[in-house]
Amino acid sequence: MELTATTTIRKPPPEVYAFWRDLENLPTFMAHLEEVRTTGDRTSHWVADAPFGKNVEWDAEIIDERPTEKIRWQSTGDADVPNTGAVWFVPAPDGVSTEVHVVLVYEIPGGAIGKAVAKYFGEEPHQQLDDDLRRLKQVLETGEVVRSDGAPWGKRARGEFPQRPAQPLSDAELEKGADA
Amino acid sequence: MKANTWAGRNKVEVRDVPDPKILNDRDAIVRITSTAICGSDLHLVDGYVPTMQDGDILGHEFMGEVIEVGRGVDPGRLRVGDRVVVPFPISCGACGACSAELYSCCENSNPNAGIAEKMFGHPVAGIFGYSHLTGGFAGGQAQYARVPFADVGPLKIESDLTDEQVLFLSDILPTGYMGAEMCDIQSSDVVAVWGAGPVGQFAMDSARVLGAAKVIAIDKEPYRLRMAERAGHTPVNFEEVDVRSRLLELTGGRGPDKCIDAVGLEATHGSAHIAAYDRVKQAVRSETERPHALRQAILSCRSGGVVSVIGVYGGLLDKFPAGAWMNRSLTLRTGQCHVQRYMKPLLERIERGEIDPTRIITHTLALDEAERGFELFKNKQDDCEKVVLKP
Ligand SMILES: NC(=O)c1ccc[n+]([C@@H]2O[C@H](COP(=O)([O-])OP(=O)(O)OC[C@H]3O[C@@H](n4cnc5c(N)ncnc54)[C@H](O)[C@@H]3O)[C@@H](O)[C@H]2O)c1
Ligand SMILES: [Zn+2]
Ligand SMILES: [Zn+2]
Repeated sequence: MELTATTTIRKPPPEVYAFWRDLENLPTFMAHLEEVRTTGDRTSHWVADAPFGKNVEWDAEIIDERPTEKIRWQSTGDADVPNTGAVWFVPAPDGVSTEVHVVLVYEIPGGAIGKAVAKYFGEEPHQQLDDDLRRLKQVLETGEVVRSDGAPWGKRARGEFPQRPAQPLSDAELEKGADA
Repeated sequence: MKANTWAGRNKVEVRDVPDPKILNDRDAIVRITSTAICGSDLHLVDGYVPTMQDGDILGHEFMGEVIEVGRGVDPGRLRVGDRVVVPFPISCGACGACSAELYSCCENSNPNAGIAEKMFGHPVAGIFGYSHLTGGFAGGQAQYARVPFADVGPLKIESDLTDEQVLFLSDILPTGYMGAEMCDIQSSDVVAVWGAGPVGQFAMDSARVLGAAKVIAIDKEPYRLRMAERAGHTPVNFEEVDVRSRLLELTGGRGPDKCIDAVGLEATHGSAHIAAYDRVKQAVRSETERPHALRQAILSCRSGGVVSVIGVYGGLLDKFPAGAWMNRSLTLRTGQCHVQRYMKPLLERIERGEIDPTRIITHTLALDEAERGFELFKNKQDDCEKVVLKP
């Protein structure tokens, strides 16, 4: 499965590139990631979030990069869900913003993990990556992922309707958090 | 706290709900001192805007005192104790749209941007109390509200103006003003305004302040037309006269130079068969709007004129007079109001006495009486023009 998405962020390419190049930042906006740990100059360890498939982890390696312009990576070893990704940072015509173009490719296996991954992406797989990039934009432009009463859990809020009603959370709900 | 909520089509209910809490670092919590019911709330309550849910707190026109700020709020911009009017669009102040002062199109403030994008092609800003399409944010017909990006939108009131004088800076005064501003008014212009509701009244006052030669008010409610007339505008009752002929009479056959639609998707029509056509289509959802005022404005406007649309539309409409629009070189302009753009300059106009926003208030009720407030406003009972609620 190949997913592409793009957004424009009102920050210069070096800043957007630097944020992405610190791969440990990816889980702040990519819904399917629980954690990314840098293990070397070009290597990292990725942990998926539960709905993506429990205990799905893999190692990855940056296979090509040009500072401020592009990063390309791929999973290594026998990953449960072999995947590759690439991102380009292109100066926008306004002279201040960056166009971010992303391509992710997943080889979805059979079995339980394959089912979980397919379920995660649902009928509109592109929606997930679109929403990831929306959150990247929020983080870089405003500092945080924006929360509402109807969608209070940041990246854990799925763009689905119905949601919880637009009224404040109770203390109990706040305590339980996104997993309630 | 107490809050007025949507309880299904045509039903609102004041309920006990949890107090709001800080969810993002740049949030503030405001103790609301005054709030109001808007014509847009009627579209929501009547069920014409999709993605409302039982329990959603309504209200997007509110002001009050800041009682808590998140740790990301710039203290140079906002502190506990400040008295603020809160603009209805939630805007980050940093995205491309906000940088272009298109605050109601903010690219970051709507966590349900994906839903809005499906409906509108591109997403729109978050709005308080205005369906999940615009973010699912709790509204301001309540005792307290959480205000995101609190160091961007809220306007501090440092003078001793009353709540009533400044409350409408949250929405309808800037909205009416933007409706007139989009008309590029010249001193020779006759400006016709469809709808003598609160938004229409402020569009009329703004057209006059911006120098129009004559301002015409079109509605069917005699008391609303009288209110416009008392403010110096020329009334036209669309149930008593043929609007197009009357407008020709009032403009020496030219038609109004500039036309403002301050009615939106629930317009009523003098002519029964056209009204029936749109009602049926609206009922079966093959058309979501009843665009009588918009059609009439386009057909009435003089060639080369501007039709400025501030009445709200949510979906699809039929029989759009594209021929009149195209062949007669009309300009169509519109938008949810970019409130933040207008708050300061309009506050100054209020301070200088050029605009008196209090002239439209007919009812002041306790928040507990919100249900009655909606009845009065919707059904035009007791000469109701604008309801202010006191939490
Ligand atoms: N663009 C924005 O940012 C913005 C902001 C606030 C409100 N609004 C919209 O502005 C509109 C008016 O708001 P309001 O608070 O004044 O509401 P309102 O319901 O009180 O006023 C609407 C008026 O239009 C009249 N009307 C109905 N059909 C008509 C027709 N065919 N011709 C002329 N008049 C007709 C009604 O009698 C009523 O007096 C609503 O659609 C509201 O959603 C837009
Ligand atoms: Zn409104
Ligand atoms: Zn913005």
